[in-house]
Formats: sequence, structure tokens, C-alpha cells
Amino acid sequence: MAMDGIEIERLIKQAFPDAQVVVVDLKGDGDHYGARVTSGVFKGKSRIQQHKMVYDALQGQMGGALHALALETLVPK
Amino acid sequence: MTNPTAERIKEILASSDVVLFMKGVPAAPECGFSASVVQILAGLKVPFKGVNVLVDPQVREGIKAFSDWPTIPQLYVKGEFLGGADIVRAMFQEGELAVLLIDKGLLSAAI
Repeated sequence: MAMDGIEIERLIKQAFPDAQVVVVDLKGDGDHYGARVTSGVFKGKSRIQQHKMVYDALQGQMGGALHALALETLVPK
Repeated sequence: MTNPTAERIKEILASSDVVLFMKGVPAAPECGFSASVVQILAGLKVPFKGVNVLVDPQVREGIKAFSDWPTIPQLYVKGEFLGGADIVRAMFQEGELAVLLIDKGLLSAAI
């Protein structure tokens, strides 16, 4: 089952209200997304921790309904 | 209670310095994310052991629980979880991956 890009963005923003979120449907198939998430909450966290925070925000969809999400996490400059 | 799959994963990690849990085998990855990590490791000429989770459903689920990470591929160096495809790519691009492998004595600095 595929997942809507707007839903991905909504879940991430719900978890990190300050976040800038850019979601791209990489293949146009509703199944392979790329996301760039910029938020102050990532400050001081390791990359693994940052990515886990986003996966948590997606409420278990990652690896399930959401097959592929190329993720980039950034701290605002 | 011992978890047999977790024990098996620990044995696999102990058997090789660099282990990649992936979909497919290094010569024929069956997922773009797995392929990208194979390509990076091959480019660095670092020897690694590829574990094809597609032929081992217990390890496929077990490794996600082991690292508390929801996706495959997963790269381990000296038993330590390094990250998935995005993190490995970012570390490679920043030069951090080569530095880490050199620090661990797995890569010669003279490349």
C-alpha cells in the first residue's frame, strides 16, 4: 500500500512544528519518496537519532506502508 | 530468555568487521538503497560481508528489532550500527565514512 506525500509532510510537521519539510515523489509511483527535514530539534543529535525521530513521527509507517523514503535531516543555520 | 535470532545476528556481526544486511547479494542487489551502499563500500575497496535478508525472514525482522531501525539496508562496523542508506551516503559524501574506517584500521589512509 502506498502513502500520500502530503500525509508524510503532515505527520512530520505534526511532530516538529518548526520543521521545514520538502517531500518529493521520486518515481511518481506514490511509493518512493525523498524528504528533506530541517528542524531545530535535531541540534546536538547524531544522524541515527535524527532519522529515528523522523521515523517515529511517521508512526510506524516507515518500512510498512511507506516502502522507501530517502531522508535528509538538517539543522537550520 | 535468549532470543535465538538475536544470538545469530551477534554471531554474524562477530564474524566480520564490516557487515551489510541488505536485499539481494553484493553482486546483485535487489533494492536501490542496498545497491547504493554496496557501491560506496566497493568504491572505498573495503571488504565487507553481505547478508541477504530476503532469504532469511527471521534475520530480516530480527535485525530491525536488534538496531531499533525500521529499514534495510543496515551497515555495521565492528558490531556497531552505523546507519541505513541515507546515513551511509551522507557520511561518505562528508568524508566521515573513510575517516571512521581508517580509525578502525579497516582502510588504509593511503588512498
